[in-house]
Amino acid sequence: MPVDDNRFEVNKLSDVLVLMEGIEKTFPGVHALRNCKFELRSGEVHALVGENGAGKSTLMKILAGVYSKDAGRIIYKGKEVEIANTKAAQDLGISIIFQEFNLIPHLTVAQNIFIGREPRKGIRFILNEKEINEKTQQLLNMMNVDIDPRSKVSELTVAMQQMVEIAKALSLNSEVLIMDEPTAALTESEIEELFRIIGDLKKKGVGIIYISHRLEELGVISDRITVMRDGEYIDTVATKDVTTDQIIKMMVGREIYVTSEANSESSKNEVVLEVKNLNRGKAIRDVSFKLRKGEILGFAGLMGAGRTEVARAIFGADPIDSGEVYINGNKVNIKQPIDAVKHGIGYLSEDRKQFGLMLDLDVEVNTVIASLKNYSKFGWINKNKTRRDANKWIETLKIKTPNLEQKVKNLSGGNQQKVVLGKWLTRDCNILIFDEPTRGIDVGAKSEIYKLMNKLAAEGKSIIMISSELPEILRMSHRVIVMCEGRITGELSYEEATQERIMEYATRRLK
Amino acid sequence: MGNKGAKGRSLIRSDATQKIMAFGSLIVLIIVFSLSSPNFFKFSNIVSIVLSTAVNGVLAVGVTFVIITGGIDLSIGTTMTFASVIAGVLISFWKLPVILGVLGGLATGVLVGLISGTVISKMKLPPFIATLGMMMITKGLSLVISGTKPIYFNDAKVYSKIAMGSVLGKIIPGFDIPNAVVIFLLMSVVASLILTKTSLGRYNFALGSNEEATRLSGINVDKWKIAIYSLSGLFCGIAGILMSSRLNSAQPALGQGYELEAIAAVVIGGTSLSGGEGTILGTVIGAFIMSVLTNGLRILSVKQEWQTVVIGIVVIFAVYADSLRRRKK
Repeated sequence: MPVDDNRFEVNKLSDVLVLMEGIEKTFPGVHALRNCKFELRSGEVHALVGENGAGKSTLMKILAGVYSKDAGRIIYKGKEVEIANTKAAQDLGISIIFQEFNLIPHLTVAQNIFIGREPRKGIRFILNEKEINEKTQQLLNMMNVDIDPRSKVSELTVAMQQMVEIAKALSLNSEVLIMDEPTAALTESEIEELFRIIGDLKKKGVGIIYISHRLEELGVISDRITVMRDGEYIDTVATKDVTTDQIIKMMVGREIYVTSEANSESSKNEVVLEVKNLNRGKAIRDVSFKLRKGEILGFAGLMGAGRTEVARAIFGADPIDSGEVYINGNKVNIKQPIDAVKHGIGYLSEDRKQFGLMLDLDVEVNTVIASLKNYSKFGWINKNKTRRDANKWIETLKIKTPNLEQKVKNLSGGNQQKVVLGKWLTRDCNILIFDEPTRGIDVGAKSEIYKLMNKLAAEGKSIIMISSELPEILRMSHRVIVMCEGRITGELSYEEATQERIMEYATRRLK
Repeated sequence: MGNKGAKGRSLIRSDATQKIMAFGSLIVLIIVFSLSSPNFFKFSNIVSIVLSTAVNGVLAVGVTFVIITGGIDLSIGTTMTFASVIAGVLISFWKLPVILGVLGGLATGVLVGLISGTVISKMKLPPFIATLGMMMITKGLSLVISGTKPIYFNDAKVYSKIAMGSVLGKIIPGFDIPNAVVIFLLMSVVASLILTKTSLGRYNFALGSNEEATRLSGINVDKWKIAIYSLSGLFCGIAGILMSSRLNSAQPALGQGYELEAIAAVVIGGTSLSGGEGTILGTVIGAFIMSVLTNGLRILSVKQEWQTVVIGIVVIFAVYADSLRRRKK
């Protein structure tokens, strides 16, 4: 038994659902897991925490049959098992909800939930569409979620897709449910709903593995916490026995300080970006605001408030119906991202895998790709220069990668985010739009990104920061703009901004 | 989360718009040609249009499945020929009963699809390359087996009746629609049911939409891919029988070029080459648009070389219109 059982009240061996020990896993160039262990009991919520690249997701993907382990053993309900693929895991009763969703966009909600086990009717070949729609409706009703089983997944918001993932896992009658960052995309009320559902599952004896970077949640939801660092097991503790600070210390192996240099100084600086009467269908309605030099302008609001849409419109990624954009007082016509980049605007998408990176290319190429002109003569790229600058950003941004040739897809989420940041900094952009800059990123990397943002602002760069995490908005923003249903519903200075006032503006139109 | 119901509805609307658009263009073409020439809208000409659509239509319907997976099958034209050559060998050289010859032809189509599907899923070759190779192999084999000469079905008179006879005309006197047309329409209905009502159809869309997510849902992706390419092969077999029955001979040199016409029909019908989207009805309409154009232009005495140019332009505009619609969404 790898875990010190005397520490816990529940210590009957029969309660142990899953025991993983001696787990090893190596990817090209990365020793991802070293002698890892993990234990899950029925009816507990066991949080798994650690910095980016600590190996949490890898360990859980082994349990869910996505990856195969190089060494070690998995004991499930007292028997050693080999989990060859996700189907084998599902058959055992182990389900995983991925951080990057695993839904099929062109199929409907019900079709996604029942994929691979569709009920048939008549002669065995015909799918029973009515039955899956009804069953899905029951599931969603039970979860108290208002989604049409017949709508296509590609038409749903991120939050709704998350709910569909949960419904899918529930419908599998899983005994082990792994959730990777389940609340990253949810609003407060949706999180409450999720916790209620988790509570119900606990009562039924389901064991839940909960991977999260939001440490404040763990006190509410988890019974035990296992900490990992750099691919190694650190410790397992009962939640009630530890403080958040102790957990953070275990995660990073050192004390960290999240510094805040937010102030109103920048409010006197000149305006670098002005947006006037921006409109796009129902998504953006008459949005006007100013961004000043050296300012960090926070955009707060609920999911779907139109913040990302505004960012994409300014960046030229989506067409607009009407509106004007001024940069340094001059009217500019941004029709495509290339126009925006030429005017010094860099956009860090919330979905970095889809919009920010070339996953199959290496760190070096991703860093210099937006500024190749500066590195080439007559189309010939100066490899020494790109190498030097890419190395510079790896150092400055503390990107964890074995070398420059590492493919970006093999890096952890936080390090990928830093590569995107490096790309725009190489390009020397003066206006940076950070869309959910710390989504799915751990505490250590978060504070590094905050420090970087402060440094950039101090150097005179202007930052628009879209964030759904209120503490982040409050700590980092010099000024806060709140949006709701496509409109700007409020603007607050650093001194005025409080959690309550932001929420009031953010829900203004829903009342 | 209040307005997702509305979202679901608007999606259905835009899907319908697409079908109405394609169907509308077909109607407009028919009206224009009818006004331009009195010979166009005659029963005999309409039957001839439908008849000329049959072979390309069957091929297009089959390859729709493959294209929805996000793949492509360049071997369908030559596989069609290969199937007809095998049927010819069985019937005219080996003197086997016609029914066995037909089954042999169909089995040949399935076998070629099975091999393509296996190469693509197990050897992990891109569909373009795998089926390009298969195109050359089947083309070569057709010529080798037939000795580069056409194989005639003179000893089996019933063979030509498969496409050109009219079972329907016997049941309803005066309604002499050739069997080829009936088979084409029937197979389209069957294909549409397979695509929308069965697990094969469901996984077909799933594969094209997000293959990794499909695999992680515990679905045997390789198996279904092989099944889909085999199904497309079966349709090649059917097209081969129809073609050779209509010509009363298996022509080993024919076939290449048919694959691109079939793919064009699929694309005009609104099936996305990137996978995940498409309908059989769209493909059928696409196939009709192509043959109405060819027929109409011929009646207006446009030279064949120019007909090809016009069809090329139509393909480009049809796909452009479709991509505009998608972008709006």
